[in-house]
Amino acid sequence: MIQTLAFYLFASLVVASAVMVIMARNPVHSVLWLILAFFNAAGLMVLVGAEFIAALLVIVYVGAVAVLFLFVVMMLDIDMAAMRAGFIRNFPFGLAIAAILLAELFLGIGAYQAGGLTLGTPDGTGQAAMGASNIEAIGALLYGKYIVLFEIAGIILLVAMIGAIVLTHREAKPGARGRQDIGKQISRRPEEATVMKNPNTGEGVEL
Amino acid sequence: MSDLGGIGIEHFLVVGAILFVLGVLGIFLNRKNVIVILMSVELILLAVNINLVAFSAFMNDLTGQVFAMLVLTVAAAEAAIGLAILVIYFRNRGTIAVDDVNRMKG
Repeated sequence: MIQTLAFYLFASLVVASAVMVIMARNPVHSVLWLILAFFNAAGLMVLVGAEFIAALLVIVYVGAVAVLFLFVVMMLDIDMAAMRAGFIRNFPFGLAIAAILLAELFLGIGAYQAGGLTLGTPDGTGQAAMGASNIEAIGALLYGKYIVLFEIAGIILLVAMIGAIVLTHREAKPGARGRQDIGKQISRRPEEATVMKNPNTGEGVEL
Repeated sequence: MSDLGGIGIEHFLVVGAILFVLGVLGIFLNRKNVIVILMSVELILLAVNINLVAFSAFMNDLTGQVFAMLVLTVAAAEAAIGLAILVIYFRNRGTIAVDDVNRMKG
């Protein structure tokens, strides 16, 4: 009973906040609705027992992606009213496309429910061991059978990180204060370095 | 997986389908605003994740959750790169209107 209630709560909230994401006038509000959508999707995933994915959704999406969006939205000075032009004009067309797509997806789900589709059955390699928690089971699978996938995910993140840095990095103007001159730094000799001396009172310093 | 009291896989698939369609609709409605388009893409990927996790849970096979993690990784990378491109585009042109992005012909 409580599970049914929780499912309908999370499902209706995730759909409602998704509607608000695409309808909100202000992109900042869109981002905030997106955060709510992610939280409720995480709730749905907890409901089916995928706690690790739920935690990842909150950490990665809410903690990183949504904050990145918020940062960019607030950093760029954009005329949001002009951005809304064409919203009404595109509305009937978009709605028609969406209705067709939704009908097709529902037909597919209906066919699956009626047993008209055979999607294959799991071979048992992905089954969790008896008594293992969700995180333990995912860890065993991720660091075992799917280790290559894990490495590829790491490389994707590395490439994305380097790409984002290279794209947005701005070289400082020559002669600007605080600019690092690597050639000058590594060609320093000990003879020309500053030395710290601690002379006693009344005595001079030998240089 | 615990008993969900009558909630089957179809319920989750319907939620995923509605989210997916809302993401597509968002791309259609906000044709000029790249930021909202990127958010709509995130919604679409979230719908994919819901489907993967639902199938994984109801078929008792964790492979779907591992693939959901890969989708999550790609979504995060895509958001970072997309927003980086957006920032340098805004820096160079002072606007992010999609209609003005027509200088990359050849």
